[in-house]
Amino acid sequence: MNFIGIDIGSTAAKTIVFDGTRIISSFILPTGWSSKETAGQIRTHLRTAGFDVDSDDTRTIATGYGRISVEYADKILTEISCHGKGGSALLAGDGVIIDVGGQDTKIITVENGVAVRFLMNDKCSAGTGKFIEIMANRMGVDINELFALAQKGNPITISSMCTVFAESEVISQIGAGKSREDITAGIVESVVSRVALLASRHEKPDKYFLTGGLSLNPYFAKRLSQKLGQAVYTCEMGQYAGALGAALLAAEKLQ
Amino acid sequence: MLKLPENFQDYSEARQQGFIKLKELKERGKKVVGIFCTYTPTEMVLAAGAVPVGLCGMSDEPIPAAEKFLPKNLCPLIKSSYGFAVSDTCPYFYFSDMILAETTCDGKKKMYEMMNELKYTHVMQLPPGRSGSTALHSWYDEMLRLKEVLEQQLETVITEDDLRNAIRLKNRERKATLDFFEIGRLKPSPVSGYEISTIMDSNSFIFDTEEKIAILEERTAQLKKDYQENFAGKPSRPRILITGCPSGGVRDKIIRQIEELGADMVAFENCSGPRAQKDLVAEDKDPYLALAEKYLRINCSVMSPNPERIEALGEMLDEYSVDGVIEIILQACHTFAIESYRVRKFVTEEKGLPYMALETDYSQTDTGQINTRISAFLEIID
Repeated sequence: MNFIGIDIGSTAAKTIVFDGTRIISSFILPTGWSSKETAGQIRTHLRTAGFDVDSDDTRTIATGYGRISVEYADKILTEISCHGKGGSALLAGDGVIIDVGGQDTKIITVENGVAVRFLMNDKCSAGTGKFIEIMANRMGVDINELFALAQKGNPITISSMCTVFAESEVISQIGAGKSREDITAGIVESVVSRVALLASRHEKPDKYFLTGGLSLNPYFAKRLSQKLGQAVYTCEMGQYAGALGAALLAAEKLQ
Repeated sequence: MLKLPENFQDYSEARQQGFIKLKELKERGKKVVGIFCTYTPTEMVLAAGAVPVGLCGMSDEPIPAAEKFLPKNLCPLIKSSYGFAVSDTCPYFYFSDMILAETTCDGKKKMYEMMNELKYTHVMQLPPGRSGSTALHSWYDEMLRLKEVLEQQLETVITEDDLRNAIRLKNRERKATLDFFEIGRLKPSPVSGYEISTIMDSNSFIFDTEEKIAILEERTAQLKKDYQENFAGKPSRPRILITGCPSGGVRDKIIRQIEELGADMVAFENCSGPRAQKDLVAEDKDPYLALAEKYLRINCSVMSPNPERIEALGEMLDEYSVDGVIEIILQACHTFAIESYRVRKFVTEEKGLPYMALETDYSQTDTGQINTRISAFLEIID
């Protein structure tokens, strides 16, 4: 039997196929404007790869903000349970998962492999991937270029807690002739501070583990780790934590 | 899934029906006093021969009107209440002969100063804590002053007999209310928390206390019977207690969602819950002193310090066999937001139960995020 985990986030849709012992397929699609359409594309993509979501031999759990659009899922679960499960599997143990996603930032404490406490950012995109995306846009670079520039800069202070106001602050810094390196460093620093502050509301664990899209960027993890005063682990599969958790929970709950 | 009785009347229906009744009462010469809070000694209003009517704003509709005058970053309950008044869209405010309020939180007391420009608003000076050496004394003086204010404004006389009768009547209402709330102690619960919350808020639009008591007693008896016949011995869904700010304005966004997502809302540890009902007004002493004592004991987060709220919460967690606590914090409500630190600590460390705080307002913009948080919380309890 195969267990499929689908995590439709605000920016990317992640899919994992797990056969009960190992991951046998994984892919990412952009979410686009319709989660329903994305869910359809995932179904087609799976079928091409030889997995039929409608077969009796398949169990599917959907998670992420587009989870309700996956009509063929056997069960839906929130990102919290799935990131907790998947993060802990990748981390090989307990700890605090920091997931910086496109729309939400989540802090999840995992004990005995299960999410027991969580926090999410306020109704605001400051401190999320969206913030970096908007700012990169404003600076006329892509996200990877933004991180590359930031590493060479001395961070300016961006004080606003709100993306919209922070954007006007950035504009005035551009106007004041500050270097791109310093401004981008300030942008990254602002997200790092917000995420670290949220994480500090949970008890300090032995291990922090960064998942979500931003986990792919070593510079972000390094800055976060400096801010938290503790190692922040990442891994190649970090972006798949939610989908992996969903697949593992399918194997656990839907045998 | 919500368990609602067939003849269930939602809050807006009850509110609308109340308009007509209140209009009839006014035409018969009855005086109306608009009130906002559990700290209001409604016995005094009844003794003055007037009817108290709750004016607490629970809708986001009038908030834009309020934001012309009030800061945007203010509690939605305060903005909504003022918005209804200033935009003249609340018949209950319109029919009120006067407003009776208290210096509870900073936002409210400053808003009342502005409300006074729209309609005469008497603000009782509530002490900021119970333990101060003059707290009870000054609150007692406020009761005596209120007597004079009501007599003058409503052109009436409050006799000690009237007041004692009102105290006895309200105590009976408290007992009936408490019995109704305590249906939530049954496991599995035969009643939806959505219904409990709706009935409690709708009851402020019933102006005959005897009628209120009868409604509560009838529903309590039905539910007890229903429990015996259909619920006893069956498995229970996770049992949630709500604490924090008044929950009427987020009834659909939070309370309804909790139940639709698979839990039972069994207990309310907030101002519309049983905590104020359990504690009766003493009937055997100076009635003004008895009122001062009772109303000073209310354990809202405006009181400092406020250990009584934690004690009451602890009792309720046991009595209602609670599995998890959700605290509602209305945006910019400082006292509950700060006290949530203590509540979280108590619930998780001393009681070993899951706890989650939801900060929200009356808008619909965070419905998705709220749903995800509630679902995740219930998955953790499961």
